[in-house]
Amino acid sequence: MTTATRSAPRLSTTAPRRRSAAAAAYLVLGLIALAFLVPFAWLFLSSVSEHATLDTSVPDHLTLRNFADVLTGDNLHALVNSLVLSLGSAVLTLVLAAPAAYPLSRYTRRFGRPILLILLFATGLPITAILVPVYGLFVQLDLLDSIPATILFLTATGLPMAIWLMKNFMDEVPISLEEAAWVDGASGLRALLRIVLPLMLPGTAVVFTFTFALTWGNFFVPFILLVDPAKQPASVVIFQYFGLHGTASYGLLAAFSILYSMPVVVLYTVVQRVLGNAFALSGAVKG
Amino acid sequence: MVAVGLPEPTRAAARRPRNVRGRRAAGRILPLVPALALLALFFLGPILWCVYASFTDVALTGATASTPHLVGLRNYRQMLHDPQFRQSLWLTVVFVLGSAVIGQNVGGMVLALLMKSRRRIARAVVGAIVVGAWVTPELVAGFVWYAFLSDDGTLNAILHAVGLHGKSWLYATPLLAVTLANIWRGTAFSMLVYSAALSNVPDDLLEAAAVDGASAFARLRHITLPLMRRAVMTNLMTITLQTLAVFTLIFVMTGGGPGTKTQTLPVYMYQSAFKFYQLGYGAALAIVLLAVGGVFSVVYLRMMREDV
Repeated sequence: MTTATRSAPRLSTTAPRRRSAAAAAYLVLGLIALAFLVPFAWLFLSSVSEHATLDTSVPDHLTLRNFADVLTGDNLHALVNSLVLSLGSAVLTLVLAAPAAYPLSRYTRRFGRPILLILLFATGLPITAILVPVYGLFVQLDLLDSIPATILFLTATGLPMAIWLMKNFMDEVPISLEEAAWVDGASGLRALLRIVLPLMLPGTAVVFTFTFALTWGNFFVPFILLVDPAKQPASVVIFQYFGLHGTASYGLLAAFSILYSMPVVVLYTVVQRVLGNAFALSGAVKG
Repeated sequence: MVAVGLPEPTRAAARRPRNVRGRRAAGRILPLVPALALLALFFLGPILWCVYASFTDVALTGATASTPHLVGLRNYRQMLHDPQFRQSLWLTVVFVLGSAVIGQNVGGMVLALLMKSRRRIARAVVGAIVVGAWVTPELVAGFVWYAFLSDDGTLNAILHAVGLHGKSWLYATPLLAVTLANIWRGTAFSMLVYSAALSNVPDDLLEAAAVDGASAFARLRHITLPLMRRAVMTNLMTITLQTLAVFTLIFVMTGGGPGTKTQTLPVYMYQSAFKFYQLGYGAALAIVLLAVGGVFSVVYLRMMREDV
């Protein structure tokens, strides 16, 4: 892949060379895009195929039966479970992260630095590793199969990054605006709710989307902490479809996978449309 | 929990007597308390318990489940003599190097460079496809790549169509298979980071160099890359840490197999703790994973420090 950029013309000031370089760049871009697109083919074709297998072939006639068949009561229930977990942890994250970020953004010098550094350190820890002790904790506290406890844990895993992001977005809101409110006798909380948060609404939306998508896509945590099938979210339920290797359930697996992916794809698209890529990343990666 | 009153910051605080200032500082920490409490309960607590458990023979079932014994360094000593552990450590290194440091990093950089100053429509289409792979839930990405690389999967069908012989990729080259899948899934992040960083490289600098006769490669090496150094370091750290924790993708595609050929540290930790019920040994493996992540995290921290 690198050769394409390197073989770009030595003297790009001449027009024909520049044009051929552009053509080469488009060609390579096209090939990369194709390579990224092709693995998806199976997913989409199998979801509308009557007798889906692991091979990718255009079905003789398209059918939406897989989608209809997959929408059983149990599966809808699993999607609702996903929604409860994701909304729960996203809302709770905002409720905890916003007030936590406020003093970190406003009084960094005094005491915030060590806390910020600890939070940054925590964002780097592999959450996967914490699941073994968390399982032990859940067993001892008799919290296995508890959706609220699972939401609390999911919130805790996303919180360091969420506070960090919130703090960065909050830094962009000038403190002078709050000073005006304090003069009018507003408390810190009121200033946060009425002035700071509305001004950083895009940032709040990014943190919400981030947390929601993270939980929605999480398989390992509910797989370990929620054993009761009635409490498992879509990710775990779909995995069980996948477990039925050899049976002819690939069409259902593909259809369910698409339905399950849809909410996060839509959410990302909306946030990206409204806010733009650069903005969404500005808080995540400074520097 | 938000009802905790937020203190009013005031510039006069610095001039106040010490005890008043102390009380103010305490008041300022108050809004942080709920978040920190939750982190202590579900983050710090488990990590500390993990350290303790790694020195015991606590199991998921059986006698040692209810009354675990302290066994000192036995788990760690066992680890040193455990060929599976050494293998999983090695696999983790190869997986992280291959898919993050080389694959995602270089791939993201190449995409960002290729997309710079291309037509808006081309950038939008390519960007949407690449980001689409990133947005797809890890579990679904696992299914997609399992099907793509399976015996009668898409890749073999394509190879067959052009007259080549396919392979049982998931059996013949399992580590390469999961590495490719992770590159596919993660490259978008690097691409977005590098695109943002590239847009900060001043065009007139590059143009001046071009006029002076610097080749495209020389401009990349001596102007663009040095200016993007920070972004590259930050990105490398981030994707390394993300890849270190990858579990679902490998679990879905190969389950750690065939045999133990894709059993990276997270997968081996899962197998030990939840499949073979050796919670103590699993905890010791988790400590190693945390320690590796911790080391990278400290490096990351040092790089970000100036920004805090």
